[in-house]
Amino acid sequence: MIEVAALSVTFHVGHVAVRAVREVSFAVTEGETFGIVGESGSGKSTVLRAIAGLLPTPRDSVRIAGRAVGARRTRSERRLLQFVFQDPYASLHPRQTVDQILNEPLAIHKIAGAGALVGRALADVGLGPEHRFRYPHQLSGGQRQRVAIARALILDPRILLLDEPTSALDVSIQAEILNLIARLRRAHRLTSILVSHDLAVVAHLCDRIAIMQEGSLVELLDVERLRRGEAREAYTRELLRASRGYSRAQAPA
Amino acid sequence: MTIASADPGGKISLRAWLADETPKSRTQAFLANLWRGVVALCSNPVAFGGLAVVLAIVLVAALAPLFAFGISPIEQDLAHRLAPPSPTHWFGTDELGRDIYARTVYGARVTLTIVVLVSVIVVPIGLTVGTAAGYLGGIVDTVLMRITDIFLAFPRLILALAFASALGAGLRNAVIAIALTAWPPYARLARAETITIARSDYIAAVVLQGASTPRILLRHVVPLCLSSVIVRLTLDMAGIILTAAGLGFLGLGQQPPTPEWGAMVSSGRDLILDQWWVATIPGLAIFVASLGFNLLGDGLRDVFDPKAA
Amino acid sequence: MSAAPLLEVEALDVAFPGRGRLTHAVRGVSFALGRERLGIVGESGSGKSTTGRAILGLVPWPGMVSAKRLTLGGIDLMALRPHEWLGIRGRRISMVMQDPKYSLNPVVKIGEQIMETYRLHRRGSRREARRRALDMLDAVRIRDPDLVFHRYPHQLSGGMGQRAMIAMMLIAEPDLLIADEPTSALDVTVQNHVLGILDELVAERGMGLIFISHNLTIVSSFCDRVLVMYGGRIVEECAASGLAAARHPYTRALIAAAPSIDRPKAELTTITRDPAWLQ
Ligand SMILES: Nc1ncnc2c1ncn2[C@@H]1O[C@H](COP(=O)(O)OP(=O)(O)O)[C@@H](O)[C@H]1O
Ligand SMILES: Nc1ncnc2c1ncn2[C@@H]1O[C@H](COP(=O)(O)OP(=O)(O)O)[C@@H](O)[C@H]1O
Ligand SMILES: [Mg+2]
Ligand SMILES: [Mg+2]
Repeated sequence: MIEVAALSVTFHVGHVAVRAVREVSFAVTEGETFGIVGESGSGKSTVLRAIAGLLPTPRDSVRIAGRAVGARRTRSERRLLQFVFQDPYASLHPRQTVDQILNEPLAIHKIAGAGALVGRALADVGLGPEHRFRYPHQLSGGQRQRVAIARALILDPRILLLDEPTSALDVSIQAEILNLIARLRRAHRLTSILVSHDLAVVAHLCDRIAIMQEGSLVELLDVERLRRGEAREAYTRELLRASRGYSRAQAPA
Repeated sequence: MTIASADPGGKISLRAWLADETPKSRTQAFLANLWRGVVALCSNPVAFGGLAVVLAIVLVAALAPLFAFGISPIEQDLAHRLAPPSPTHWFGTDELGRDIYARTVYGARVTLTIVVLVSVIVVPIGLTVGTAAGYLGGIVDTVLMRITDIFLAFPRLILALAFASALGAGLRNAVIAIALTAWPPYARLARAETITIARSDYIAAVVLQGASTPRILLRHVVPLCLSSVIVRLTLDMAGIILTAAGLGFLGLGQQPPTPEWGAMVSSGRDLILDQWWVATIPGLAIFVASLGFNLLGDGLRDVFDPKAA
Repeated sequence: MSAAPLLEVEALDVAFPGRGRLTHAVRGVSFALGRERLGIVGESGSGKSTTGRAILGLVPWPGMVSAKRLTLGGIDLMALRPHEWLGIRGRRISMVMQDPKYSLNPVVKIGEQIMETYRLHRRGSRREARRRALDMLDAVRIRDPDLVFHRYPHQLSGGMGQRAMIAMMLIAEPDLLIADEPTSALDVTVQNHVLGILDELVAERGMGLIFISHNLTIVSSFCDRVLVMYGGRIVEECAASGLAAARHPYTRALIAAAPSIDRPKAELTTITRDPAWLQ
């Protein structure tokens, strides 16, 4: 469903070239939830943005549903894929109500029956009609992230890209959102990529995980094998050990 | 926090309806948001003062004949030239025996006309140029910003003077001249805001939904730039009023006999020592109007401040 | 743990007036701290940071603080006058704030700030201060201390800023360190290094540590004792190693809500809040 082949992304900041992603390749099959883990700055978001077409990329490095896609995409190509961003406080337009936010994609694609669809999309993510005409600043972080998920799903995409959807949230709210994502990906038969710096979150939702470090994909493995400690790379093992909590033994001397 | 409560009649009071944290319709949400802004503006004494002054000027201009008590601003009475303030002529008369009070009241019309026309021209130009440059970037940005820089490089009044004398004297040309010199800072402001907004996730979200560039600019970027542009405009109003008065003073604005504050000051200039009221009264009018807009601008800035939301 | 506790807190209350009513951020919090690692966990808004600030006398206006007892090694902190705080803050108690951006002076180089802190409290020469500052930057695993020494705070990433902040707080060798989410901005691998540094200071120098975090995994593996806060109250106090056997339904729900690598679950438990927890 998604094929990434030798994807490289370089940002130019002044005269300095930052190689954010280096030759990353992987494929995600239909219906799969693929995980990407790595520390901050390792290029996870950049990979996701390149797949989404938010960054200029060489045309043949990203293929979706068998077709090569670049950054310029048609409206129907756009509709295939949606995105949930990390920071629920920054991903909703501050001057628009939930109703306006959810109506916008329907208006862009000239879909009829918007009123009912918006109501259903809200119910789908566990929000009621009382939230429909509120502004983002009148919602909690968890509620905002639900709105963002509703916005992503209202166009009925086949692919959902999730960029640290819960790292700005409390554990209890994180549990609700992760459960919601798990339920919706079944109900909508979604293919998805989940990015997180938290190995536990990725392991909870995904079957296969890519580990990224400094722009490169260092290891690709099954969660089962990760659990059994069969990681090949030292970096992956270090990440796993650190995620299990602090231990005196590994502390610096 | 007001809690929405039904009164005995079963009808919810308007206030409670506006303060409702869970609006039931688009209109209610919009009005409630507007209401919060109005409440915030009115609870700030300085801003409220500015708002009151601006509203008063609008009212006076709209109902000028009423406020002038039917006194004509252009009728000459050479027998009573340069009469000092008195119960018959509150602010005295000018060198042609015209009532200064009536002229000041009618002068508000000219000033407001200029203010409105300039805003109507400056805001769309500034927003279009600024948001397009900021959002599209690259060559579009470079070209548009160089043009803006050229306009910015000239001193405002001198450029307005050049335009006004090239286009000829008159209110319309004065407005065009001021507007042509006033838009560049708005374009710069809108561009700076757009660059931040364009990087945000909510704009990325509409891009991913397949929205066209004009749609993104018009529906998502412009509404966010608008608040700072409006604040800037109200703060600039004082400058615009002064520029208009300056052009009037130099005889390049509204033509006599229609009263205009700047031209009135100009005609009273030689008399300032003996007949102080001729120049002072319209001068005070310019001062009060400028101050009113400035205070309002300051207040609006606080209201629009996202931190307060 | 020594016999006389380092810090004693009894019935601490903090309330913020606003919108015509009082918001109780902290309600009747009591605990004693020895030379140990005490964790405070809870969701955002549960009053963790406010508790830390109250101990340092740094609750922002218009917050109102009251306590039956708030003593540091016998000194009554509630009765301290502003100039008396100078000998306590930074010298005997330090706090690593949640967001380093707001705690470092933006116009002073990192190295200068750390040196200044050292000289203020330890009165050493500039040379010595410089050496200590570089050592401290090295101790918090900053790869190139000389470079960071000459940087301004905005030139550092979040994780670097956090480490510089920790270095600054530790250089005066306080008796008590309050660390408010000191590792949230750090990557897991770096996190453990920083925890290691704190651990060392507690073990070797007998420093008391209050470690505020929302991360149960870290707290349970790093601390000796844990306080669980909910709605401004301490709902449970237990040994960190015994957290898995916690009794309070809120603590249990918090543990169950976190995904775990080793114990996969089909669905995560969500928290059903009981108003009785606030009683
Ligand atoms: N728009 C950008 N301009 C310049 N550098 C960027 C940009 N976006 C990301 N980077 C850089 O690319 C690297 C990877 O960033 P990112 O993909 O956001 O990492 P992650 O999501 O794993 O934290 C970082 O070094 C970051 O500074
Ligand atoms: N300066 C303040 N003014 C008003 N309320 C505050 C202030 N600081 C904290 N609070 C309130 O106190 C409560 C606890 O906040 P805090 O101690 O920051 O929680 P935590 O650190 O556990 O996330 C919150 O409900 C918050 O709204
Ligand atoms: Mg990222
Ligand atoms: Mg806090």
